[in-house]
Amino acid sequence: MIIRKMLFASVAVACVVGPISALADTADKKIALSNNYAGNSWRQAMLTSWDKITKDAVAKGVVAAADPFTTAENQATEQAAQIQNLILQGYDAIVVNAASPTALNGAIKEACDAGIIVVSFDGIVTEPCAWRIAVDFKAMGESQLDYLAKKLPKGGNLLEIRGLAGVSVDDEIHAGIEAGVEKNPQFKIVGSVNGDWAQDVAQRAVAGILPSLPEIAAVVTQGGDGYGAAQAFAAANRPTPTIVMGNREDELVWWKQQKDKNGYETMSVSIAPGVSTLAFWVAQQILDGKEVKKDLVVPFLRIDQDNLETNLAGTQKGGVANVEYSLEDAQKVIASAK
Amino acid sequence: MKLSSGTLRLIIPAVSLALLLAAVFYMQPRAMSYTGLNLLFNLAVPIALATVAQMLIMAVNDLDLSMGTFVSFCACVTATFLQASPAMGVLIFLGAIAAYAAMGMIIHVRELPSIVVTLGMSFFWGGLAVLMLPSPGGEAPGWVRWLMTSKPPFVPMAIVASVVIAAVTHFLIMRSSFGVLIRGVGGNFRSVERAGWSVIRIRAATYALAALFAVLSGIALVGLTTSADANIALRYTLLSIAGVILGGGEFVGGRVSPIGAVIGALTLALAGSFLSFMRISPDWQIGAQGAILIVVLALRLFLNRLERREKIQ
Repeated sequence: MIIRKMLFASVAVACVVGPISALADTADKKIALSNNYAGNSWRQAMLTSWDKITKDAVAKGVVAAADPFTTAENQATEQAAQIQNLILQGYDAIVVNAASPTALNGAIKEACDAGIIVVSFDGIVTEPCAWRIAVDFKAMGESQLDYLAKKLPKGGNLLEIRGLAGVSVDDEIHAGIEAGVEKNPQFKIVGSVNGDWAQDVAQRAVAGILPSLPEIAAVVTQGGDGYGAAQAFAAANRPTPTIVMGNREDELVWWKQQKDKNGYETMSVSIAPGVSTLAFWVAQQILDGKEVKKDLVVPFLRIDQDNLETNLAGTQKGGVANVEYSLEDAQKVIASAK
Repeated sequence: MKLSSGTLRLIIPAVSLALLLAAVFYMQPRAMSYTGLNLLFNLAVPIALATVAQMLIMAVNDLDLSMGTFVSFCACVTATFLQASPAMGVLIFLGAIAAYAAMGMIIHVRELPSIVVTLGMSFFWGGLAVLMLPSPGGEAPGWVRWLMTSKPPFVPMAIVASVVIAAVTHFLIMRSSFGVLIRGVGGNFRSVERAGWSVIRIRAATYALAALFAVLSGIALVGLTTSADANIALRYTLLSIAGVILGGGEFVGGRVSPIGAVIGALTLALAGSFLSFMRISPDWQIGAQGAILIVVLALRLFLNRLERREKIQ
């Protein structure tokens, strides 16, 4: 009994002491965030999360600095120049949300050659010397079909709203949806439009294609387009299908209204903007000398019928449902990749 | 001391570049080294080439709004065809240059506004680029990568390349008889026509030459980034126009300065770094970049006025 208690105590001490001694090693390190775009609610939430978590980390002396930099024009060449500037400014690690998976590779190679740790997330880069924290977007697409297959066992016609053409995220979610349809042949995609992850664009696109479509059982989406699709269906006086949402506040509010009114059921899935904080902790861990696999996977954030209210309560007006990650979460993600 | 108007035209861009450089060195002494200079300026090389291309078009009194998409297209060709089968890549580039020459002819014969034609073409090039590279990727040919990352002794590649570009285009536009014709067409094409020259041929040749520089810009860009993306160079349309103006060129045809254009491109690239070192919030950066442009242009207007006053006296 005493031995067990002592064991517990030593484990507890190790847990408390462990992180502190680990933190001391990165106290003089500087981490920069290179971000390519700040023009939508998701990116704003991402920057706010970064600010909140890193300010705290700097105050506690975990790192010396964690400064965010955003390019003005969302262009790969501009971000490449920004990364080269960050090299000159002497940062020890650069966390990147990249404008292009490949066009920054030259600048990122320069950074690696200068001995800088580069961690990319969300918009990841293909340069082998960088770390990648990717969302399994394909699984995110497939999960929509898995949910629909359970909810609508008879199947039916699907309308697919895609994102911004030519962006890799759009391709991956689309591939996941296609794989899901193949697995569940009772569903058929009868129409596909580009909603550019924006409600107004999605609404216009859906309103344009709707008259030419048969009855729609469900709408599969990529996030930021569900509310617009719902508005288009309402304006055309068509029955509202099951629209998969994307964690945006306006989408969740609409869902809640429908749920209260007529028991409307759906699900919502997207990547949490707080993934920037996960990238921060991963960079800190690498600086601390931890061995970290180059490819990490972050779980996506899914909201269902029963936890809609709690998630909606925690979401800012005009924002996105969010999770912020802690050092322990990062360590878990790192451990699970091994 | 009497200065020619050409020299005067060059002084302001050169002085503003020197001032910006001094400010950057002051804020970030690390930049004052071989690698530092290379990091500051290497992405300015493709911008400088695109600016020279734009300058050629502006020299004949036109404006090219498809510069960004065309350079993106060239970058995609470089990362795919030029890498996999060089002969095919060269052939595509020749075709693109021919298309530019044809565009110059159509603009001339039908007396179309170049802004409209090139805006239309920008969708064409953009579409081709997406077709060729639907998702970002491709790989830079080895020799391009070698060229852009080579480390010549004493002076970084970015500076060597800028000086070479400036020297070659200066010779081409300011010293050769073809250059005189280009500027003549921009200044007063009727008088060139009356002197017995074929204006349509000169215009076509100018457009083709501009396309050649834009192709080089695309190749240089891929050499730096290692791979391409259909939207990689969209900024270059406005950057190249701003570079020409900043370097002493004017929207009225015929008044251009090749050395100034290269300096203008370097200044623009440096202005971005300067603002980033100053820690100006991104919300203000575009505005601050605009403010730098306005200050330089205001200085030039002021000097122009002085010059005119001296002439009158």
